[in-house]
Amino acid sequence: MTQTAQIGDARTAPQPGRRRFSGTVLGVAPFLLFAVLFLVLPTAYLFVGSLQTSTGQLTLDNFAHLTQPYTIAAYEASLEISLVTAILGGLFGFLLAYATIAGGLPKPIRGAIMTFSGVASNFAGGPLALAFIFTIGRAGFLTVFLRAIGLDPYGAGFTIYSKIGLEIVYLYFQLPLMVLIIAPAIDGLKKEWREASENLGASNVQYWRRVALPILLPSLLGSVILLFGNAFGAQATAFFLTGGFIPLVTILIGSQLSGDALGDKNLGYALAIGMVAIMGVTLVAYSYLTRLAERWQR
Amino acid sequence: MSGPTSQSLTGLEPLAESIAKPSRRSPASPVVMSWIVLLVSILYFGLPLVGTLIFSLRAQPFGEAYKMMVSDGQLFKDLGYSFVIAIITVLVSIGLLVPTAFWVRLRLPRLRPIIEFITLLPFVIPPIVLVYGLLSTFSGPPLALTGSNLGSDALLVCAYVVLSFPYMYRSIDAGLRVIDIRTLTEACQSLGAGWFTVLWRVILPNLRVAILSGAFLTLAIVVGEFTVAIFLARPMFATYLQLISQTQAYESAAVALMSFAITWAAMGVISLIGRGRQEKIIAGVH
Repeated sequence: MTQTAQIGDARTAPQPGRRRFSGTVLGVAPFLLFAVLFLVLPTAYLFVGSLQTSTGQLTLDNFAHLTQPYTIAAYEASLEISLVTAILGGLFGFLLAYATIAGGLPKPIRGAIMTFSGVASNFAGGPLALAFIFTIGRAGFLTVFLRAIGLDPYGAGFTIYSKIGLEIVYLYFQLPLMVLIIAPAIDGLKKEWREASENLGASNVQYWRRVALPILLPSLLGSVILLFGNAFGAQATAFFLTGGFIPLVTILIGSQLSGDALGDKNLGYALAIGMVAIMGVTLVAYSYLTRLAERWQR
Repeated sequence: MSGPTSQSLTGLEPLAESIAKPSRRSPASPVVMSWIVLLVSILYFGLPLVGTLIFSLRAQPFGEAYKMMVSDGQLFKDLGYSFVIAIITVLVSIGLLVPTAFWVRLRLPRLRPIIEFITLLPFVIPPIVLVYGLLSTFSGPPLALTGSNLGSDALLVCAYVVLSFPYMYRSIDAGLRVIDIRTLTEACQSLGAGWFTVLWRVILPNLRVAILSGAFLTLAIVVGEFTVAIFLARPMFATYLQLISQTQAYESAAVALMSFAITWAAMGVISLIGRGRQEKIIAGVH
């Protein structure tokens, strides 16, 4: 701190107390102004709107109205799909990350998997939805192939325009995101820990149950929570795939934006704020868990 | 462990089994498992790309779907527009975040948690909510931006700058951590340099690598972004794809592959830049 103070002082005369401090704060003013205008203000607008009636009176009714069947259904569908893809993406992502980092695969594969994960975790929206429609859509090449060998997925009741279909598609960006965020934790598993437990007579299962998993647990939970938030906020992929057929919260907000789907502007604001609240909880949980996990990564 | 089918002679079999187990499993089976996991993953990630490719090639005559890549002026216009918006986004983001991160590290370490919190907010406010808020706030007086094309373009850039905060700030801050900004700044100032010179001639060149990886990530995100582009109704690459996916199926397959290739190229550049360092590419704006 004392060092900090000396730098400016070399050129400008030291000014005591308040005035000097406010001058220093000016350095971050452009950023703060920008953040207030394009991040805080829009969110505040939604928040204030969610607490008002259409005539501008203060009310909590909008949040009470979120208990209508179709808004409940939207939250349920969003939560379900986010939860399922977070857990499955977390599980398979961990398996893939562990296999490439510590599973004895040739070294170059790791770099390829990491770069590909960077690509695939960003591959969403229209192109992703289209790619899956061309593959396991009703006329997709995999569907046609499976039908030819006598396994008709659509005959068995499967359709890509369903929750399960959407979950399969979401995994395409959830799984690689897991690979990216869990990789440092797997790197942090020290060889010495395995050797020590083997020397003490532990089996592979015991090593995982007593040593590796407890160490990895905060990272794993934190990553799964981040995946949850990632899926919860996704809109474009579902919009392209089903055109609003599955009423996710994001889809409902989207149709409210392009028309007045809810018939009530303020209810739409409440819907959005409810979403921000859920995302906020996930981020707090995530940062708490990563702080726990960092203990082992020093 | 020993099921009802295996006969127990001495009662020590379970113990013997558990001792024998580790040596029986290692060393071959984990590697085999790894290969299985890898192959299944390659199938899952490869098949949709193959499916898209096959579909795009089904257009008659052969290669017809790719013809519009050279002939469709609209595609180039929209792609060009997307890249221009992406580059402006990156420049604004750098201009905003480099001085801020630098100043916070040098002079306002106490503000750091607050600045960091703000840059993480886009993770809490999904793009659809952000665009909802932006449209509600800036479509009427006193801050009407959506009335004109220029205003809408500005709003689009501002939305993307906000979305770039987490990635850009983190890469810039990580870059600042490894250079000794205090000494560099003191050296510059004792040679008579002003703040602008310090940032432009000394700090920025030192942050080149850190900024570039954040910049290319932002570029990939902006060019491939759908929610904000479509709801602000700007002629972005995303809007083009949305339009042709409804009318030209084969062509949309070709364009989807093209979008994947663009993201791939951006990530390739990032991993080239970050070669030899532990670079984390973490994204997730959908």
